[in-house]
Order: sequence, then structure tokens, then C-alpha cells
Amino acid sequence: MVETRDAEAVIRVRDLAARFDGRTIFERVSFEVRRGEVFVILGGSGCGKSTLLKHMIGLYEPAEGGIEILGERIDRMQGAARTALLRRIGVMWQSGALFGSSTLQENIEVPLEEHTGLPPEARALVARVKLGLVGLSDAAGRLPAEISGGMAKRAGIARAMALDPPILFLDEPSAGLDPITSAGLDALIRQLARDLGTTFVVVTHELQSILAIGDRCIMLDKEARGMIAEGDPRRLREESENPVVRAFFRREVLS
Amino acid sequence: MSENATNPAVMETRAEGTGRILLFRGALDATAAARLWPEALRAARGAGPLRLDLSGVTQLDTAGAVLLLRLEAVAGRAEWQGLPPGPLQALLDRTREALAKPVPRPPAPLPFLGRVGEAVWNQGRQALTRIAFLGEALVAGFGTLRHPWRLRGSEVLRHLDEAGLRAFGLTALLGFLIGLILAFQSSIPMRQFGAEIFIPNLVGISLLRELGPLMAAVILAGRTGSAYAAELGTMTVNEEIDALRIMGIDPIAWLVLPRLLAAMLVMPVLSLLMDLSGLLGMTTVMMTLGFPPIAVIHQLQAWVRLKDLIGGLAKAAAFGLAIGLVGCRAGLSAGRGPRAVGDAATSAVVGGIVSIVVLDGIFAVLFFRLGW
Repeated sequence: MVETRDAEAVIRVRDLAARFDGRTIFERVSFEVRRGEVFVILGGSGCGKSTLLKHMIGLYEPAEGGIEILGERIDRMQGAARTALLRRIGVMWQSGALFGSSTLQENIEVPLEEHTGLPPEARALVARVKLGLVGLSDAAGRLPAEISGGMAKRAGIARAMALDPPILFLDEPSAGLDPITSAGLDALIRQLARDLGTTFVVVTHELQSILAIGDRCIMLDKEARGMIAEGDPRRLREESENPVVRAFFRREVLS
Repeated sequence: MSENATNPAVMETRAEGTGRILLFRGALDATAAARLWPEALRAARGAGPLRLDLSGVTQLDTAGAVLLLRLEAVAGRAEWQGLPPGPLQALLDRTREALAKPVPRPPAPLPFLGRVGEAVWNQGRQALTRIAFLGEALVAGFGTLRHPWRLRGSEVLRHLDEAGLRAFGLTALLGFLIGLILAFQSSIPMRQFGAEIFIPNLVGISLLRELGPLMAAVILAGRTGSAYAAELGTMTVNEEIDALRIMGIDPIAWLVLPRLLAAMLVMPVLSLLMDLSGLLGMTTVMMTLGFPPIAVIHQLQAWVRLKDLIGGLAKAAAFGLAIGLVGCRAGLSAGRGPRAVGDAATSAVVGGIVSIVVLDGIFAVLFFRLGW
């Protein structure tokens, strides 16, 4: 595990609340993500994990509170400054969200084409490197409809990494994958965090994944409408007093 | 990879014996790599022995590493110097490793004769699936005739509402405008002969026999045919059609028949609405020309026959069936991915309009033979 205790915070979430049509999804959510760590947002279905992620990447406007990414308030930024900040984060969407009418290679070239002045030859080479990193060199010319779910997730990570962002957000990277593919993806995330020093924010409810990759985590709960735990997932599993947290980590039925 | 703002990289070229040294200083990131790319490649090409001095590089990202490796490839070989072991060296090694993986070759293009053969083969298969679809729809239709309770009535009503009721406003507006324009345009030459009183004959017959059904069919193809194709196409992409089949439910009977029936039932109504609002538009022009409505009605009664109207409405029902068939087939035979849904909608509209024009021609011959 990477030693992250002293590292600076690259993301700060303060007193965040999410409401839709007067319905509160969560409130009073505050935490920090430090440089180089794999930070996991976990919780049961419907607790607002993906909603929290979408707030963090500036897709939803917070009802209360704020989000600071790399020292800047993403929820208050507009125009060119916001675009410049968005260049420095990468997002892998739950289903990959690859552009269906372009090949994997072209998918990865999209952010390079939009945000750098690299000539076509250079873009193709960078895209090849990214596909090589996630083990998809052979599939460069395939369309998203022609590859498996696990490959689509890996291609999604490759596209998220196209611009070498210091922060990567992954929404449910291992959902719907077989255990071997899922473990492979976990290993890939750990390797990228170690080698590139990239900060990962991972939304997941896969217990194995959480324990394999997470340096720290927060847990959201639907009933509590907010955070119910924060810390090292392995320690939470052993020490937490909260019945929901215990049930989650021990796969028990909550009475 | 540090976050600190550092100076963007600069490159310096020095001659060294028969070769060249390229010195890089600063942050060699994507922006810098993009800026230096053409100049660096020019310097490396045909330079003899190449030395890359990286002692001044503070940051390196994938694009920067790709540039350096490209320089090495262009020069044939290069001597590396000054890159400290650590994250930068690791990044370079990883990039080198990723680039070394073999790239799959695209399949060689077919020769001309092969392309022609492929096109013929594909067109033939397409035609076969069209005929097969028509057959399936017929079989399902006869099956429903024998067991009418199997038809999903609520589904038919929903499609009647969507294809019919919601198109009423548009149809009435377009019909009124078409009648208005036709009457106005024809009034200009007819006035020269003092024959304005025959405008109702002209507009009435052309609307009832041809324009009413055709325009209503174009509206249906644009609004409903494309919607059928997009909806069924999305269902195909989402494997919903396969799910129906596996449940032992015939997708033709379940999805296609209600749509076909709705399109067929709604077309005569839309066509009639088109006719009536067109005649209203024509009457408006006639009134501005000084003819009272009663004169227009009298003229229509004397010259427009019931079989003009009936023939037009029968044609309209056939057009509706054709548009429904083309739209549903386009949706059910959609390929994979988002583009496939768009292609299905396009081919539904284009195929629908082509098929109604062809049908119209067949009806013209048929009516002529029947003496209608």
C-alpha cells in the first residue's frame, strides 16, 4: 500500500448535500482524498454513490456545500477555467460510455484531439500506448459493440487516462464482471496508482474489490442519508461498531 | 508528474561530429510535445548518430515519452543520456513496452470484382430478409385473424393515439396550407381565361385522389415510421427482442402487428383530415376571389365523385400498411450500437416514402384499368 498519510489533499468535499425534487439523497458529507491514494466510495444500492461521484466531477450542482478539486471549486467554475480543470481529471463511466460509432483507438484519440495540438501520428501512438497499458493492443480497431464488458471497462479506463490526468474517477469498475476479470482490473488500478502516482476515486459495492484496492474509504447509507463510516476498509471490517457497516463487510443479512 | 507549474519544455539542437544532440529542458507534457513534434522530427531525420540529452527534463507524460521514442525510431537508434532513474524512466520504459506490442493489421481490401460480388450478395440477402419479414408478418396477421383476442388492444390504442390523434394538428395545418397554396397558384393562370370557378374542381380532385393520401403518408413516414424504427431498433440493441423470443412470444405478433394495424387504421383518418382542411384552405382563397362558399360547395358536388374520395382513402390505408412494415422491419433488423438506431430511422423514412410513391404508381394503373 502506498503511504499516503502525509500526502496533501487533492479533493476536498465539505458538507455536501444532494437533493432532487425536494428528496434528500444524502447530506453533511465531508471528506478528503489525498494524493496518490485509491479512495473508495462504498455503500449499498441506491445510497447515492454514483450521485456523489457526479457531484465530484461537476456534473450535478450541489444543493449545499462544495467540492474542491486540486485547490479549485469545481462547482463554481465556468468556461475556460472549468475546461482546464476537467482536463486534469478522467472519468470511467459505469458502462464504459465509449462512443459506439468509433473504434477503441478513435475513442481514446477524442480527448487528445480536443485538448492537445498533437499531430495525428502522435495521437495514434499515444492511444496505442494507453491501449497497451490496459492490455487491449489487439483490439484497437474494434468497435465498442464488438468487445466484451470487461474490455469495455478497460477501454473506458484507457480513454479516461488519455491526457495523463492526476485524478481518475471510476464508477463501478468491477460491476458485472467475472471474478477473474474483476481481479485483473483491481490489479490494473493498483499498478496504475503505484506506477503513475495517479489518485483514484472508485465507486463500488464489490467487497473483494474494496479490500483489494482501497487505501481509504467512506461508506454511504440510504437510511442515514449520508456517511456512516470513514477510514481504512480492512480496519472498518474488523473494528466498526456500526451494525450496517459490519453487515456490509461480513455479508450478513441486516435484522 | 508533479502538480507544480513548471516551465514548458524547450529543445536545443547541437551538432556533434557526424551526428546531432537534442537537448530537452523543462516539462515535456502533451502541450510541449505537440509544439516540438514537427521541429524535433525534422532534426532527428537523417541526422546520423542521435543523442537525446534529457538531463533538464522536469516532467514527462505519455505524449512526451511517445515523442522521444518516435525520435529514436526515426533516427534508427539513439543514445539516451541524463534521464534519472525513477518515475520518468519508468514511464519511458512502460511506454516503450506498450508501443512494442504488435498492432493488428486491418484485413486487406477486396479486389474490384470481389467488392461487386460482396455488394450483390449483401443486396440479395437484404431482399431475402425483406420478403421473409413480409411473410412472417402475413403469417402472424392471419394467426391473429383466427385468434383475435391475442392482439394487444391497449397497444393498438396507444399507437393509434401516438400516430393519429397527436398528428391531427400538424395534418390539419399542412392540409390547410396546401389547399391555400394550390388554389392561389392555380388562380393566377385560370384567371386569364376567366375560369376561376373551376379551381374547386382542380384542387378538390387532386387533393382527394392524390395529394391528401400522399401528404398524410409523408407525415406518417416522418413522424411514425421513424419512431417505430427507433423504438424497435433500441429494443433490438438492448436484446429485448431476443428476450421476447426466448419467452416464447413472437415479436411480430407482440410488437409489429399492433403498430401495423394502428398505422393502417389511422391513415384514412389523417388523409380525410388532410382533404377537408385542404378544401377549407381552397375555399378561403375562393372567398377572397369573390365566390361565396355555397358556390364552391355546389361546384364540388357537381364534379367530385364519391369514388375519388373512397379510392384516396383506400390508397391511404395501403400507404399506412407499407410505412408500418418498412418502419418495423428497419427497427428489427438494426445492427449494433447507437449509429444502428439512427440508420434504422433513416431507412424507415426513406424506404417509407419510396414505397408509398411506388405504391401510388401501382394504384394509378389499377384505378385506370378499373375505370375509377
